[in-house]
Amino acid sequence: MATRSRDMRTGPLLAPAVGLLLFWMIVPLALTLWFSFQRYNLQNPLVTGFAGITNYKLLLSNARLWVSILNTLVLVGSVLVITVISGVFFAVIFDQDFWGRNVARLLVTAPFFIMPTVSALIWKNLLMHPVNGFFSYVSRWLGLPVVDWFVQVPMFSIIMIVSWQWVPFATLILVTAMQSLDREQLEAARMDGAKGFSMFWNITLPHLQRSISVVVMIECIFLLSVFAEILVTTSGGPGLATTNLSYFIYMRALLQWDVGGASAAGVIAIVLANIVAAFLIRTFAKNLERE
Amino acid sequence: MATLSLRNVTKSFGALEIIKGIDLEIEDHEFCVFVGPSGCGKSTLLRMIAGLEDITSGDLLIAGQKVNDLPPDERGLAMVFQSYALYPHMTVRDNMGFALKLAKVPQAERDVRVERVADLLELRPYLERKPGALSGGQRQRVAIGRAIIREPSIFLFDEPLSNLDAALRVQTRIELARLHERLGSTMIYVTHDQVEAMTLANKIVVLRDGRIEQVGTPMELYHHPVNRFVGSFIGSPKMNFIKGRVHSVSDAGVEVLLPGGGTVTVPVSAPAIAAGDDIDLGVRPEHLDVDDAGPLAGTVIVVERLGNETFLHVEISPDLILIAGADGACPLQVHDRVRLSVLAAACHVFAGDGAALPALARHPLATNPI
Ligand SMILES: Nc1ncnc2c1ncn2[C@@H]1O[C@H](COP(=O)(O)OP(=O)(O)OP(=O)(O)O)[C@@H](O)[C@H]1O
Ligand SMILES: [Mg+2]
Repeated sequence: MATRSRDMRTGPLLAPAVGLLLFWMIVPLALTLWFSFQRYNLQNPLVTGFAGITNYKLLLSNARLWVSILNTLVLVGSVLVITVISGVFFAVIFDQDFWGRNVARLLVTAPFFIMPTVSALIWKNLLMHPVNGFFSYVSRWLGLPVVDWFVQVPMFSIIMIVSWQWVPFATLILVTAMQSLDREQLEAARMDGAKGFSMFWNITLPHLQRSISVVVMIECIFLLSVFAEILVTTSGGPGLATTNLSYFIYMRALLQWDVGGASAAGVIAIVLANIVAAFLIRTFAKNLERE
Repeated sequence: MATLSLRNVTKSFGALEIIKGIDLEIEDHEFCVFVGPSGCGKSTLLRMIAGLEDITSGDLLIAGQKVNDLPPDERGLAMVFQSYALYPHMTVRDNMGFALKLAKVPQAERDVRVERVADLLELRPYLERKPGALSGGQRQRVAIGRAIIREPSIFLFDEPLSNLDAALRVQTRIELARLHERLGSTMIYVTHDQVEAMTLANKIVVLRDGRIEQVGTPMELYHHPVNRFVGSFIGSPKMNFIKGRVHSVSDAGVEVLLPGGGTVTVPVSAPAIAAGDDIDLGVRPEHLDVDDAGPLAGTVIVVERLGNETFLHVEISPDLILIAGADGACPLQVHDRVRLSVLAAACHVFAGDGAALPALARHPLATNPI
């Protein structure tokens, strides 16, 4: 539908809202930028003044930063892959009619409504605990060695927990997308001889492509800043094994009280987020255009 | 190439029986049209033939082979859907070549066949476009192309033209007729449109409520409907029905007493009808003429001028309004008093149960019944 150009100037009407949002965004950003160029450590009030790019220099030469960036990317990437694949799987399953479908759908969706801290605690204490956990119970029952999840495979454990939280989101979006798949199209494909996997690959998956892009973009925003799950379970450890960028900033700011350094890391996080966003938009945005 | 037979075919959704026993033979090369009121089961029947719905009972035979349990792609059929159902993410080329790709036809041969069909349907310039970038008529042609390319022995169409505008519908209708002639395949076509049914069909199947009411050539159905339902369903504007009483029965036909006192003698044979029986007299609008000596008197309440002809809605009595076809130049106005005469030879007499009394003479265009 063609958008008609209006006769009225809409700028003044939009200005208050846009101005408020801009203010809302600019002030914290400006403060962060400002602090990142200051010597500012709460434990040492005597050291003050303009630091130049010292904070950045120190950070960028700090191997911990690079490890945490890498961890962030691993976490985001793995969770995306897991949630999208499971989401597509559940979407296809829930599109069939089977007994107990509504209950199953509710169960798959439920984790989305649990607070990150709570779900992390559930996983930590009820499932992955090496002594009391359900997994250790199962491995003992099967006669397998017990895994101490957060020690032996810490990143994998975090990925599991975060994926568990985000599979419902992917499923919800993709189930909705499945419902908009034209039934006549499926029937036409059946007449053309598509069945099973060829149907999925040639008809269903291309149809879901656009929604998958949406899932990836939205999840990215949230996954870049995963924090509670790490704080509650591993506190970034062992060593730096599960320290992602937001946990790194937290350590700088609230464990080392280094406001300047933490702000600099924050700015680096913003840059990273923008790189990821640019990458995503290049890859996926053309999917979002109308076909 | 292929005949199709339905032998006492039924279909139930749960406890609800939708198709209630259909027996039908469709010959090779035939253009068979299913018509009927909305919800009578036309689409369901077509989908059963296609293999998209399973058959509850009865047999479906294609070229003499029972195919009840064969999946859709192995029946040698192709279907054109009302919504076209093109694959939006594929180019026109891939849309048309999809079935061949699934059948593992090599790319080179696929291209040759796609291009041949594209030439036939004048789609060559659009091969690399996606369906979203095509007009309705072009999409329609792609959908037909997708069906043709599989070289099916039978084509199935479910209201394929209903999404097109009037002009395009006429054009595509003619293209379909030519296509049928050129390909020579059997076609089964579902439509609501009188004109499509009358112009395209060799054989029309009138369905009502999951049952066949009548099967015949268009002219046979038009001139010799077997019952009141078919009479009113085929033809536009609709056949008029006048409640009348049998005055006398003779070798010349049935003399019917009209409201207002006149009589007409309709040449039908009436073994089971006697004087005094209530019947319905069916008269098509073109068989009612404005005539000062006619037996029916009334007032014009609506005048529909189409240019080449005029339809007059004439109120004979408060519960009897007749539609009469008149010349395009007919000067009559609303509220004018008119008298109508009835062309008795073209009338139909329907007995109390709705069945038509057989005409004494067949119409020249409907002489050999199927
Ligand atoms: N999957 C289904 N489950 C239950 N009832 C169905 C189903 N599909 C169709 N019906 C019913 O079967 C009847 C016939 O439907 P069908 O679509 O064949 O009608 P139609 O003759 O094609 O009508 P139209 O001219 O409106 O397209 C309808 O009453 C419909 O409600
Ligand atoms: Mg239908």
